[in-house]
Amino acid sequence: MSESNEMTLIASKGTLDWAYPPFILASTGIAMGKKVTVFCTFYGLNLLLKDLSHLRISPQGNPDMPMKMPFGPKWFQSIDFGPKIPNVFWNIPGLEFFATRMMKKTFKNNGMATIEELREICIEMGVKFIACEMTMGMFGFSREDFIEGIEFAGAATYLDVAQNSNQDLFI
Amino acid sequence: MTNQTLDMCGYACPMPILKTKQALASMKSKEVIEVICTDQGSKKDFIAFCNQLGHKLLSQRDEGNKIIFNIEKK
Repeated sequence: MSESNEMTLIASKGTLDWAYPPFILASTGIAMGKKVTVFCTFYGLNLLLKDLSHLRISPQGNPDMPMKMPFGPKWFQSIDFGPKIPNVFWNIPGLEFFATRMMKKTFKNNGMATIEELREICIEMGVKFIACEMTMGMFGFSREDFIEGIEFAGAATYLDVAQNSNQDLFI
Repeated sequence: MTNQTLDMCGYACPMPILKTKQALASMKSKEVIEVICTDQGSKKDFIAFCNQLGHKLLSQRDEGNKIIFNIEKK
């Protein structure tokens, strides 16, 4: 173990799938005795909004995404529809909503916590969240849109925190 | 001899670790917690967790698809 036991994360993505890694790593880091700071910038700001119900996943332009149905008989669940369906198909309105529902069901079937639950645990355990003030202005958010107990600052604050840390991850 | 049992069957990473951490917080030093889970990744994770925090992983055994850990608080 090195002397510094601090970790920082930069959360830059705001889709349902990419919301998981920052919260999983932050909560696990703090459970392992680290001091954890998460800097949420650009689309990562979405993770700090009061209402998380808008987080979605899109199969469009996302060819890595396995697409297996979370219901039905075993043989049906084992089919990966991802490579079988032309990507242009996902342009049809409503399919993003459907894909999000299916992904949430898959998470639930596999015993994964919801983003809301993970975020609550992070805050309870003392993860420090910094919302990027610049992105807030750019996307037209106000402080009231965000959960309480977070800090509002910019790149210099993040870099200052990161100086004392020995694990810094960009997500 | 365990002082507390934590059933995390069906929960995926990182919930077994997070709940264990929270349970340990309310325990005294040298007390033992038994954690039962089904997340296969936790086999290595609990070793790392104990290693990092100085808790003692007394035992780890498989029972069907369940994994049972005994951890002594630092």
